[in-house]
Amino acid sequence: MKTFYTWLCIFITVFAAAAGDVLVALAMRRIGDLVDLRRRHGFLTVVLRVLSSAVLFGGIFFMAVAFFSNLVGLSWADLSLVGPASAALTFVANALGAKFFLHENVDRRRWLATMLVCCGVLLLTRS
Amino acid sequence: MTLRKYLVILSVVLFGSVGDAFLARGMRHVAAIDIHHLGNVFVALANPFVIVGIFFLLAFMASYMTALSFADLTYVLPATAISYVVMILLSIFWLHEHVSPQRWVGVAFIVIGVGVVAGGPSRTEDYPAPDSCSEVPPGPVPEYDAIEEGA
Repeated sequence: MKTFYTWLCIFITVFAAAAGDVLVALAMRRIGDLVDLRRRHGFLTVVLRVLSSAVLFGGIFFMAVAFFSNLVGLSWADLSLVGPASAALTFVANALGAKFFLHENVDRRRWLATMLVCCGVLLLTRS
Repeated sequence: MTLRKYLVILSVVLFGSVGDAFLARGMRHVAAIDIHHLGNVFVALANPFVIVGIFFLLAFMASYMTALSFADLTYVLPATAISYVVMILLSIFWLHEHVSPQRWVGVAFIVIGVGVVAGGPSRTEDYPAPDSCSEVPPGPVPEYDAIEEGA
């Protein structure tokens, strides 16, 4: 039963982390290029635009859920299981989220890069 | 991608990894935090290394949001994964940790992955225009690099 709860925690962490990243990316895309925005309208406008985005705060909420779910997972299982599983699966979930919700053109180059980074993170966190 | 935008990506990497290293350094002086001793989290918040780490991570979040405003998520995430390599270097030279050969192989995978994604475009064209949303004034999708170069 403990294994079931551990994997449930890992999947909640992965889902919440990917949802957080996708929502923050969506919010920033809607707000527009911050570098350009600051040059044209000033720093205060950038701050107001960012702080008035409900989608951004939704993303930050999911990031917080991922953080605490990861903490709970770590209290039940070893870091050597929770760390690599969460980190590697989050990279793949983010790529899927970006493709289907943000409609990014995830071509072979980006899939290859995602998989290479995913394997690298797996090796870093397992040892 | 202009030089300024590469600097934003670099700041995501540096602020994230340095912030994590400060947190790791600070947490060495704090008792273990588990489900029965959650109060230790507040003790950790009084540690100067943890406080500096939190400020670095706030700067990381600001840079990360700026990067996502001009580049795709599937570009930013692999590109900023080089922060894992910076963290390994910080753990060797600052925290004096041992790094196994398996980790160096992992570092090599990440470096190759970052090289692969960095060679492509930062923003793909297949995305909804900002003018379909309520948070920006109506208008055409800005050509990010064109604005930068034309300024």
